[in-house]
Order: sequence, then structure tokens, then C-alpha cells
Amino acid sequence: MISLAVPENLVYSRPESLTSVHNHYCPGCTHGVAHRLIAEVLDEMNVRDHTIGVAPVGCSVFAYNYFNCDFVEAAHGRAPAMATGIKRVLPDRVVFTYQGDGDLASIGMAEIMHAAARGENITVIFINNAIYGMTGGQMAPTSLPGQKTTSSPNGRDVETAGYPIRMAEILANMDGAGYIVRRSLHDPKNIRMAKKAIRMAFETQMHGLGFSMVELLSTCPTNWGITPIESLTWLEDHMIPAYPLGDYKVSEHLAAIKF
Amino acid sequence: MQKEILIAGFGGQGALFAGQVMAYAAMDNGKEVTWIPSYGPEMRGGTANCTVVIADDEIGSPLVKNPPAVIAFNLPSFDKYEELVQPGGVLIVNQSMVDRGASRTDIITIFVPGNELAEEIGDRRLLNMVMVGALLTRLPELSIQDIETALNAHLPERHKKLLPQNRLALQRGYDYAQKELEKQII
Amino acid sequence: MARELLKGNVAMAEAAVRAGLEAYFGYPITPQTEVLEHLSARLPELGRTFVQAESEVAAINMVYGAACTGTRVMSSSSSPGVSLMMEGISYISGTEIPAVLVNVMRGGPGLGNIAPSQGDYNQAVHGGGHGDYNMIVLAPSTVQESIDLMVLAFDLAEKYRMITMLLTDGSIGQMMEPAELPEMRPVVRKDWDWATNGAIGRERRILSSIYINPPLEEETNLRLMKTWQKVQANEVRYKEYYLDDAEFIVVGFGTSGRVALSAVRAARAQGIKVGLFRPISLNPFPYAMIDELANKASAFLVVEMNSGQMLEDIRLAVRGRVPVEFYARLGGIVPFPDEVLSEIQRVATTKLNTDQHPRDAWLARFTAQSER
Repeated sequence: MISLAVPENLVYSRPESLTSVHNHYCPGCTHGVAHRLIAEVLDEMNVRDHTIGVAPVGCSVFAYNYFNCDFVEAAHGRAPAMATGIKRVLPDRVVFTYQGDGDLASIGMAEIMHAAARGENITVIFINNAIYGMTGGQMAPTSLPGQKTTSSPNGRDVETAGYPIRMAEILANMDGAGYIVRRSLHDPKNIRMAKKAIRMAFETQMHGLGFSMVELLSTCPTNWGITPIESLTWLEDHMIPAYPLGDYKVSEHLAAIKF
Repeated sequence: MQKEILIAGFGGQGALFAGQVMAYAAMDNGKEVTWIPSYGPEMRGGTANCTVVIADDEIGSPLVKNPPAVIAFNLPSFDKYEELVQPGGVLIVNQSMVDRGASRTDIITIFVPGNELAEEIGDRRLLNMVMVGALLTRLPELSIQDIETALNAHLPERHKKLLPQNRLALQRGYDYAQKELEKQII
Repeated sequence: MARELLKGNVAMAEAAVRAGLEAYFGYPITPQTEVLEHLSARLPELGRTFVQAESEVAAINMVYGAACTGTRVMSSSSSPGVSLMMEGISYISGTEIPAVLVNVMRGGPGLGNIAPSQGDYNQAVHGGGHGDYNMIVLAPSTVQESIDLMVLAFDLAEKYRMITMLLTDGSIGQMMEPAELPEMRPVVRKDWDWATNGAIGRERRILSSIYINPPLEEETNLRLMKTWQKVQANEVRYKEYYLDDAEFIVVGFGTSGRVALSAVRAARAQGIKVGLFRPISLNPFPYAMIDELANKASAFLVVEMNSGQMLEDIRLAVRGRVPVEFYARLGGIVPFPDEVLSEIQRVATTKLNTDQHPRDAWLARFTAQSER
């Protein structure tokens, strides 16, 4: 009998900060990727049990089911206000919101702007997929000109429906913001860059450098009406030109932070 | 016992503070008391009114339609409240700011040249204490000593240097009103 | 503690501080702004949290967040601002966590004015936000009561894990009366078994008002109802004046209650056997006491500074046994005791017509009188 001693080398497992449940997201949706990146960062920073997440209204309304940390569920758009309430009374905890484009850039515009203006020491993960997912594919504040949705069946007409809102660019103008970047989840390289940015955003909070937000360009194959793979291409071809990736504001104090 | 006092003037004439000082004095005497301002758009630069109720028991309404004691710091207040004073009540009018006499005979109206008396003492802002002093001639519930004690106990420290002047103003108002009353009785 | 001459708004704010308030989130609006102003100085000097929010919507959601951590938290506003808070009020109620709110009511609807009113009774007592929920609603009528109920509000909110609202008005908020503040209580952050304050050494917790599965939502609704039954059984509060031999009973809360007290005394001086029943807890409402009084009294007179919102609750308790009459001033006008006295005299000396709804009857009388 020959025994082969194969050394075990576990290279991939579920982060401790994710719960062991199946998620409800559609096939090809990038929410799952974003969740995992956040969980990996919480693990690496060893802050899972010090973290309180704030879930939004939208497809990620059930985000609290997937993160293995304390979570609260906000009203639509109010996550930054709720996070403010938590962080102000528990300043030594890590507090983050997870918000979609309708939540953050439409109904919650006042709350996000003022949280940034106050320099609230919270981290915001902003999922921009240019559409309302949960309610079934309506136009979002970030839908592109001409983009067909169930509430812009002839394509977004900027004459009547206005123009897309670029949140990273807007929030970078706020003095209270410490770290504002845009990343994309359409390929492995960009996903790696997104994870680094998420880490940097939480570091911003840990170091008390003010408001931090990572905008993540994401896909919605179901409501875009194309396949998951086509979605990745569509994101690259159409969303990135409208929402350029990059660092919009990086506090100078962050340069010194190594991890 | 229950007594209601209404004090009305322009913003800046010290009507609200005059009421508060009386409220403090009544409280220090162990009475129940309410002080309520008229607040509203008019508080921004227009008229300033307050009502003080002093009583032995729990006070119901902090406002009355026909107060038995009124101080009017200016003509609009005189015009508005003269007809509302309870019959047999007292109305103290700042003569410096009005150009007419009393139209009612069923109340006691005392005209006091408040601005002049205050300026004689050396500070126009003492007008309110002159007027309060004048009212005390017809307000058995409070004495000059009560008001002085209240000022001493409740004035902010930085204003306490004004105490002797306030005392003088109260007395000057009281004495003036007393003389006017004696004339009326004769 | 000695009696101090305190303004209602300031007294409520300082009472909250002494009751262990750790965080306040609010937005300026007349006539409650002194609450916010007082706390803007007081809380930071004690190392506690004060945030002037960008809106009442944000303020109530900040309260929601802080409440989730188990911290003693409050906000205050006035009618239009409270309307904006209705979203958060419903969410907090659905999440079953404690919070304290103050509504210093003003004239409405709409922008209305800044004068005292009681127009938000229905909004506070019978809902306002969406969904099935209750909050405890307490109506002070004096500065001392504002203080005492403010302290009580925090205890009740925590005991029943629900919102407790002080429903007051600009008159009490702006009025000064001698009152005694409580001793400063130490701030104690209790380690509630529901609070989301970080899953250190324990399983994670989720606080949410979402029950996507209808049977779970129904279970939640039933649990809320059972909690409310406990509140109804234990937390009814009211004050009685001259009721022992009263033939006629005036009912009023807050400012209209204390105005009615003056009128009742004046009527007593004229030999009219009249008493005053002043509900303090508007929710839970003292139905049982009104029910009992209806067996003895020959008529009720409800006095409000709204169009007869509590009137309906009185009618529900009286159940047609004796006439219920109504008198009101609206639009930010506080009735004078004389007006209420005339009504008492009318109720005591005339044959009352019970064919018409008391609100309609009052409206007809009032309009005719104003047109004269």
C-alpha cells in the first residue's frame, strides 16, 4: 500500500465575518463579491466583533443575514443618519453602511451629504449598478442617459429625467471626507483593487480621519436583461466611461498607513 | 389669593424681565407663580408682553382675559389693554411714551414719566424697575423689599453691580406713583 | 433640591440630562428650540452626545441608531417636525427599542403658526406613522409635571421597549414656573440583551423592523399588542379635581386642562357642582375612569385646543349614557377661563341637545357667536 502524503494547503474559505447561509442575490450579481470583500477586510483587521453594520433598503436589505457581526436595518436612505447615531455613542466601534444607488443617491441624498459634511467617522460602501433592483428594474439616479429601465422604457431622457449623479466626485468636495474612491467589480484585477480600497476606507475610520466611502460599480444582470458575462462587459463599456474609476479624495494622513 | 399682572411694551423696554423679577419675588415668598410671554412673530422686534399670575394654590390658566393689574410701557399697549383691565383694577402707564389721558373711570390709572425718571437715575434701562416700583403701590402681594431680594438672589453675577441703581429706580417709581395716587384720592 | 423658576422647555431638557440622557439629536423649530439649545451646551460639557441634524428625518434616524445600542437617547420637535419624524417613529416601534420624544405642539395644519395648539393628539395617540403600533403619550400641564414626566418617560420607554412621547405645547414650553429638578442620576449604560453594541464574546444580534414573512410579522404584531396590554394595565395616569360630588365633569389635558381648572374653580364659587378630570397619559387613555364617572355625572364638557380629537375617546368611554359637550379654541389660540366658565354655566343650566354630534353643535354655536 502506497500512501501519498499530500500537504494540505487551504487557500480559500469562508471569512469568519460572513455567515454560513446561502444568499438571495441573483446569479451574476456582484453584491456577493462586495459582501465577501468587506468580510475579508473585517477579518484581516480583526474587528468583526467590534463592528456594527447598517443595512439599507434595496436588494441588500437582507445584508444583515450575511455578515457575522451586529447589524441594524435602516429606513430607505437613512443609513448614514442611523450610523451617525451609533458611532456617536459608541466611538470605539467600527460602523459601516452598505447602500445602493437609490438608497444613497436619491432618497438618502441629504443624509449622505451631511454625514460627509460632519466628517462622521463611518465607512460607506456604495453599490452603484445604475438601476433599482429590488423593485424590479426602475430608473436609478445613476442610470445612464438612454438607459432603458422599467420606468424609462424609451431610455433615460435627460431632458425630462435629468442626468446621472456622480457621488464620489460630489462627496470628494466635502471637507469632512477623508477617503472617497470609486472602484469596479467587473474583473479580478479590479476586485483586488476594490478590496484594498475597502481596507483603506475602514483604516480611515480606525484612524479617526473622517468620512470614508468606496463606490463600487456593480452589475445587475436580472434587471439589465442580459447575461452575467454580458453584464461585466456592459459595466466596463458603459459605466466606467460615465463613472471613471479612481481616487477622488485621499486624506494625506492615509499615506503613512501601512497594512 | 390669586393676582394676575400683565406687562406690555416694545421689545427692549424690559417688560419680560420686569415680569420675571416679580415671578422670582413671588416664588421666594413661597407663592405659586406663572410667567408666560406672548411669543410669536411679534417677539422679533415688536411688542413684548408677559403675564404673571401669583397665587396661594396650584395655578390654572396662566393667562386671563381681564387682568386686575397692567403695566403699559407704550401707546400701543395702553390702547390695547386699557379696556381689558378688570373693573377696580390698576393700570400703570409710561407717560413718556403716550400722548393721551385715561378714558376709563372704573379703574385706577397712574401715569408715570418712566423714561425721564430712569434717565434721572442715570440709565434708561432702569425704566422697567421704575414701572414695577409704581405698580407696587397697588400690589399688596409684593413689596419693594421682596423685589430687591429677588434681584439680589437671581440677577446674574455680572449684573449685580447695578443693584443699587435698581433699588433706586424701584423707590423712585413707587414714590412717584404714591404721590399721584394721593392726588387722585384727594 | 430647591424650587427654581424654570421655563418649560429648559426644564424638560435639564430633567432629561439628570435622568441619564446620553445623546440628543434634533433640529431647530419654534416653539421647542430651547430644548435643543439647552442640550447643545449641557451635553458636551458632560462629555455626552449632541448633534444638530440636517432635518427631523435625519434626527429621528440618528435616535434610531443610538437607541439600538441601548443608550438613553431623545429628540424633540414641534408639530411640522414631528410629522417628518413619523417614518422613524414607525421603524423604532417596529424594532421594539426604547426612545424618548418631545412634541411641543403648535398651530396647524401645514406650516400653521408657532402658537400653542393640541392639534397633534390624533397623530400621537392614534398613530401617525404607518403600521400597527402604539407609543406611550404623556401630557404635562405644568413645568413641574414636564420634569417629572420627562424622567418617567425614559424609565417607561426602557421598561416596555417603546417610544414614550411627551405631548406638550408652546404655552407650557415657554412658560416659567417654580419647579424642582431631580438629583443628577449617574449615566448607566445597561447591557440589554437586545442591544447591537458589538458582538464581543457573544452571538451577533440584528435589530430590524422587517419581517418579510407575514406569519413572523403577525407574530410581531401580536407581541406588540400584548406589550400594549401591559402598558394599558399599569401606566394609566390622570389627575382629578373636585370630583367627589361633581354633577358635571370637565375633561381637558395639558394647557386646556389647566385653563379648565380656573374655570371649574370659578364655577364652584358660583355654586355649580363641577369637577375636572385631567388625563395625563393620553395613551394609554384613562377609559375606565371616564367610564366610571359616566355612571355618576349628568354631563361632560370636553375642552381642547383642537377640533375635538380627544372628544372621540371620551365619547367612546361614555357610550351615550350622558351628554358629552365640547368647547375648543383652534389655530394656536389658548382659551381664556371665562370662555370655559360660560360653557360650564351653559351645560349646568340648559337642557342639552344630544341629537347633534357635540363637535357639530359646538361649531354651530361658535360660528354664530363669532358672527355676532
